[in-house]
Amino acid sequence: MSILEVQGVNKRFGGLAALDDVNLSVRENTIHAIIGPNGAGKSTLLNCLVGKLIPDSGTVTFGGRSLIGLKPYEINQLGVSRVFQTPEVFSDLTILENLMIPALASRDGAFKLSPFKYLGKEADIRYQSERILEDVGLIDQRHLLASSMSRGNKRRLEMAMCLVQSPKLLLLDEPTAGMSRADTNNTIELLRTISEAHNITFVVIEHDMHVVFSLADRISVLSQGHVIVEDDPQNIKGHPKVQEAYLGTVESEG
Amino acid sequence: MDAILLQILNGLDKGSAYALIALGLTLIFGTLGVVNFAHGALFMIGAFCTVVVNGLLSLERVTLSETETNPWGEPLEIRVQYAELWFGDFGQLMVDYSVFWSLLFVIPAMLLIGIAMERGLIKHFYKRPHADQILVTFGLAIVLQEIIKQIFGANPIPQPAPDALRGAVDVGAALGLSPGSIIYPIWRLVYFLFAALIIGGVFAFLRFTTFGMVVRAGMADRETVGLLGIDIDKRFTAMFGIAAVVTGLAGAMYTPILSPNYHMGMDFLVLCFVVVVVGGMGSLPGAVAAGFLLGVLQSFASMTQVKALFFGFSIDQVIIYLVAVIILLTRPRGLMGRKGVMET
Amino acid sequence: MLAKLLNNKDTMLVIVFSLVVLAAPLLLAPLGAGYPDLMQRFAIFGIFAIGFNILFGLTGYLSFGHAAFLGVGSYSAVWMFKLLSVNIVPAILLSVLISGLFALVIGYVSLKRSGIYFSILTLAFAQMSFNLAYSVLTPITNGETGLQLALDDPRVLDGASTEGVLPSPQLFGLEMNDTAQVPFLGMELQFNVGFYICALILIAAFFISLRIFRSSFGMMLRAVKSNQTRLNYTGINTKPYTLAAFVISGMYAGLAGGLMASMDPLAGAERMQWTASGEVVLMTIMGGAGSLLGPVLGAAIIKYFENIFSRINDNVIEAWFTFLPDWLGDILVTLISPFVGKGWHLSLGLIFMLVVIFLPGGLVEGAQRVSRWTVRSVKRLQHSEPGSSKSLEPGETH
Repeated sequence: MSILEVQGVNKRFGGLAALDDVNLSVRENTIHAIIGPNGAGKSTLLNCLVGKLIPDSGTVTFGGRSLIGLKPYEINQLGVSRVFQTPEVFSDLTILENLMIPALASRDGAFKLSPFKYLGKEADIRYQSERILEDVGLIDQRHLLASSMSRGNKRRLEMAMCLVQSPKLLLLDEPTAGMSRADTNNTIELLRTISEAHNITFVVIEHDMHVVFSLADRISVLSQGHVIVEDDPQNIKGHPKVQEAYLGTVESEG
Repeated sequence: MDAILLQILNGLDKGSAYALIALGLTLIFGTLGVVNFAHGALFMIGAFCTVVVNGLLSLERVTLSETETNPWGEPLEIRVQYAELWFGDFGQLMVDYSVFWSLLFVIPAMLLIGIAMERGLIKHFYKRPHADQILVTFGLAIVLQEIIKQIFGANPIPQPAPDALRGAVDVGAALGLSPGSIIYPIWRLVYFLFAALIIGGVFAFLRFTTFGMVVRAGMADRETVGLLGIDIDKRFTAMFGIAAVVTGLAGAMYTPILSPNYHMGMDFLVLCFVVVVVGGMGSLPGAVAAGFLLGVLQSFASMTQVKALFFGFSIDQVIIYLVAVIILLTRPRGLMGRKGVMET
Repeated sequence: MLAKLLNNKDTMLVIVFSLVVLAAPLLLAPLGAGYPDLMQRFAIFGIFAIGFNILFGLTGYLSFGHAAFLGVGSYSAVWMFKLLSVNIVPAILLSVLISGLFALVIGYVSLKRSGIYFSILTLAFAQMSFNLAYSVLTPITNGETGLQLALDDPRVLDGASTEGVLPSPQLFGLEMNDTAQVPFLGMELQFNVGFYICALILIAAFFISLRIFRSSFGMMLRAVKSNQTRLNYTGINTKPYTLAAFVISGMYAGLAGGLMASMDPLAGAERMQWTASGEVVLMTIMGGAGSLLGPVLGAAIIKYFENIFSRINDNVIEAWFTFLPDWLGDILVTLISPFVGKGWHLSLGLIFMLVVIFLPGGLVEGAQRVSRWTVRSVKRLQHSEPGSSKSLEPGETH
């Protein structure tokens, strides 16, 4: 069953068509990768999914609900979390606090005015946060400020911040960008464990073919604002259209 | 019709001052990304430069008369201005036109002050948060204002316009309307023309010189220009100096309209911030247009007919803020603002 | 139970804070600051700065218009004295309410933008309020002269009881300017009713701010300052949070304004001027924005130095230097006199700049830096392992 449906989405910036009639169907509990060369429209597409951009036309539905016109926080409240290309965390807060904020957002909604309740009394939120921190291996550092972390650990933290919300859909924007081979493999491992342990659907935007083919259950290839192919990994590898998109026209070079 | 024209004219001089100050402000945060709360102080310092020049030019030599006596039987004091003593009629002319002479002093003085301010203080705040930039320039504004207050006192110091430009002209007659319908002080016309000249000059400078081109490119995308190997910092320092000169000139020429006082800087600055916000942060044409627009609007608001609309309250003091609120609610980026300028 | 309470760091903080505030007449007398008028100002500006800190210290939104709320609070209180009763309870309640409503409107518009735009908008609003109070709304504010009590005020509840003399504000019969003078160790201690009312409210204000700092609401506000983008994608609608912080801090300012009018029943437009807004910013920054005690400390320091500095005139300075040769004394007098007496604002501006340039974290952070440095030096002497990075419980700020 498909959880995220994108149909006929167009987005233009001035004269440039960033997305041109994009269709996408993400099945529940799968890892769906979106690949494509630079400037293919991957980030624009992602931004249309999270409410940062509003498509000029077309529909985006998540679990049967249209996401068009919703604000980012409203989309998150429906169960869509995202991880940024460069990790976005609350640097001035401790790692545990970084986890408690999304946990509170899931429990209390987009706004709750309870200015007099001690944070220390939110035992369930704290327990929930600490359990996730154990999962990602950051529990020992929970009282340190997030600004003191390495980039790789910030990525882990950001992932944990998404997981603590138990989202239905997790969007990852190049989760291994700028990582060493070892860190990349760790991340792949982490994502695999998560997807097996929780019922989360992943949409991963990725450059690195190694990552894509070791993770994805399904792949969409985006080129110049079009989805040129959507298929299973084994069919993508040798697909002429994909080679064309990445390497230029094969025939003329051959 | 006459009344409307008169109000438009009345708004032009204030509008000119707003436009000039707002232009300087926009130049500074367009290029340096710093909101300068001490910018009003530059306007004030420019005004007080003319006070100094006027004071110097009209220094008098006092001698005691050998023959005449005053009613108390003491020798009569004869006061002669040195300028007249040394240069004769030309000297008198110098005193009379001291506002214009002071401009010669204002330009180098403001350039120096501007560059000193940028190199000495603001430079160190480029990498600090915006709040720190606002706060340090705010502190500087207080300091400059208090220094002026200690030197020149708390009372306004009236500055005369040159004799020949002191009266009023019958604009109505000149435009073919009934004579006497629109009487307008000459100096305000002079101020408007002067402002137009300066604004034109700044735009031409940015448009047609390589220096201006680099600065404009830097305003659009500082990092890229920096990557091209152009020393953008030096040009931005110069830009700060130029902005200081523009603002100082605006203050100097405004002295016959408003007697310089120590708090004029902040009075104008707050309004000019609003002007900049209405015009659109970072847009030079926006700043100028909004300056004139709000000046004229303010003068319309002081009309009795408008007052009657608001139950007799004189809203000219608050109209600018009301307009700013309405514009921000309907067009958050101002009249000509670009996306992404100063939004974080 | 008691032992457990005393173990709690926050409880201790509140208790120590309360003791220090309540003992102020005793503690401040040796400093020459133990008289009611000044101590009232310490407490009132302490409340003002605590409130400002809830907005600026937590969310990072720098408002330059908070004096407007203080002014509105003062006007509301004086009107309550004129119309209803000189009892301060309804007056203060109304000032908090009205300034809260005012803050709601101004905050709603100003918070449409952030960063520099926000600062400019609040400054513009405050200047507009000042202009309104100064000229346009003269029927309500009595313009330049300021709003004062008059003999023919209606005072529905207690108008009859005080015929012929202007009443002074009171709390169920306790007059604000009642002062008990107690000789103590050669000093005259002044225990003033008005000060103790301000002090109790200050303690309450401090306690409330502590609770806000330690709550999830306070954590959200700190998150707003830290990373708004992340917060938006974390399912939090930041606008109501910042607006709530703005309104709360506006109510604190209104409370301070109401208290100010209660101590001295008049209200003038100059209370709303941009310099007044700048002053509370300075107090907060000087003490340490985002820290709990900093703003109160900053307020006390600024008001103390204002008091000392503005009382020094040339004669006083001359008296300091009588031991020096005349010419040297004269030079020193000329050098110092611009900064004192009426020149206090020049010193204020300079302090402002120096704090922002050299101590952006304020005195509290400065003290922490010194203590960390001392601890490290001591540890180094003991050849122990290097200190670990700081570690915080959730909700705890530094």
